[in-house]
Amino acid sequence: MSPAIAQAAAPVRQPEIRPVEASTLISYRGVGKVFETDQGSMTAVRDITLDIREGEFVTLVGPSGCGKSTLLNMAAGLFEPSTGTVSYRGEIVQPYNRRVGYMTQNDHLLPWRDVTGNVMIPLEIQGVPRAEARDRVETLLRDVGLQGFEKSYPSQLSGGMRKRCALARLLAYDPEALLMDEPFGALDAQLRMRMQIEIRRLAMDLGKTVVFVTHDLDEAVSIADRCVVFTQRPGTVARIVDVPLDRDRDLMQLRHNNTYRDLTAELWELLAPDMEGGDRT
Amino acid sequence: MTETNASTVGTVMQNKKEAILSRRQKARQRGNRIMMIRLAFVVVFLAVWQIASMYLVSDFFIGMPTEIARDLWAWALSGTLFFHASITSIEALLGFLLGSAVGMAAGVLMGRAQTLAEIVDPFLMMFYSLPKVALAPMFILWFGIGIDMKIYLTATIVFFLVFLNTYAGVRSVSREQIAIMKLMGAKESHILRKVVLPSAVTWVFNGLRLSVPYALIGAIVGELIASNKGLGYLLANASGQYDTSAMFAALIAIMILALALNYAVKVVEKKAMPWKAAEDQREMSI
Ligand SMILES: Nc1ncnc2c1ncn2[C@@H]1O[C@H](COP(=O)(O)OP(=O)(O)O)[C@@H](O)[C@H]1O
Ligand SMILES: [Mg+2]
Repeated sequence: MSPAIAQAAAPVRQPEIRPVEASTLISYRGVGKVFETDQGSMTAVRDITLDIREGEFVTLVGPSGCGKSTLLNMAAGLFEPSTGTVSYRGEIVQPYNRRVGYMTQNDHLLPWRDVTGNVMIPLEIQGVPRAEARDRVETLLRDVGLQGFEKSYPSQLSGGMRKRCALARLLAYDPEALLMDEPFGALDAQLRMRMQIEIRRLAMDLGKTVVFVTHDLDEAVSIADRCVVFTQRPGTVARIVDVPLDRDRDLMQLRHNNTYRDLTAELWELLAPDMEGGDRT
Repeated sequence: MTETNASTVGTVMQNKKEAILSRRQKARQRGNRIMMIRLAFVVVFLAVWQIASMYLVSDFFIGMPTEIARDLWAWALSGTLFFHASITSIEALLGFLLGSAVGMAAGVLMGRAQTLAEIVDPFLMMFYSLPKVALAPMFILWFGIGIDMKIYLTATIVFFLVFLNTYAGVRSVSREQIAIMKLMGAKESHILRKVVLPSAVTWVFNGLRLSVPYALIGAIVGELIASNKGLGYLLANASGQYDTSAMFAALIAIMILALALNYAVKVVEKKAMPWKAAEDQREMSI
């Protein structure tokens, strides 16, 4: 632990450091991450300062390779930032932050377990009685639209179905915060919409904090309370926007909503230079 | 309206079923044809052998199929075959079980305890590079010429194959997978039971399948060197009497035993890994 953090944790008042708000769940302070590779060191993200409040639905959007997954990995405690700090409820994140559930970009289902078995894993770890676990899994599989595939092995599922299985597994262990890395990328448009509605409803009903990574700007705006736009690599925050839409918005009708249309258009403009200028890295 | 829908669904299902049936039928026809060709091959091979041993080469060198069959039949009737085969099976089987159990345990342990693995690695490799049958004289000294000496010899050979495969299997478990499990609150014991062992199973069976012929090598070599029972003894005995046909008969008996062991491993493998069957049955798609 760096001395600065030790000081901040001490009871000495230091008003000049921006205090972490009481309701802040995940806090990135001056975070940078450099990967050491064979080709030399590579800065994935730099100067990220971002607070994610409890109960909030935040989307992270940016071109691929800008370090979105890296940010989630640090919140989950898979590795430390090279500079700055990542904290959870005011404490520095230690390896394996079990208060968060992480739906990774690759689904990491166990190939030797069928769908039910995969979703069952977190419940087995928690020691939930078998009968109860079965009931819960059944409900979850219905929620994500996988009924009828309980006995299928991952190798027999499509990419979208595997994602839904991973989502059911994530919901099964009911973590405080959900980190989701491009969860709906592989889904077709209708299903994607259905899952977006479902995940927003679940987050609202259960009061979950969600950090949702996507490279799709429309998705980023439509489901977020707050949307963080990143620049190209090395990624840093280009803009944070509060999405001025109702919390219980109707995602189906959004395409006709002017606020939504204007906001996505504006953010498109913001990201557009990044898309043209490949020469800046 | 609903009725027509239902009937369309019905015909679609019917078509699908027929498609599957005809695919199965084709597969079966192909299987039958292959069987026939094999049978023809065996018949021709035996006929050529028989004729050659009667008119071309002395049966002192190549035996004679009819003689071989007669020997096998006589052994089967007198119980000799069963007696010696059961001795060899017991040696091979117990050695196989012992060697693979210790091999699996060591493989899992070292796979998860990296430092330990690094420490013992050079010693293991030294031991591994030794042809294990060269240990037979030593084992005779330690364990005598009874059946336990063959069991230990077999176990030593099998151990390495299963150990190395299990170790590789355990090491190949993705770190991401383990991290995900840890995020779900998994402890080391959960990770071992739910991820490491099942994902190493494929590798373990690889090792087991490879080990079957080696298990027999252990048992047979042990018997050849010092024994008064077992198929290896039968072989050595026939050779001592310059009875080539009897030697072939013993070899055939050994082959049949190897096939039976192989088959047993395959059956257990299928039972242990139902998801593999699902993957194999899946029609290819990219
Ligand atoms: N473990 C790693 N080792 C080396 N480089 C990495 C590693 N993880 C990510 N990177 C690099 O960091 C950059 C950001 O990666 P990532 O966070 O996955 O981006 P995004 O999720 O926004 O597409 C990429 O250029 C990637 O190659
Ligand atoms: Mg990513």
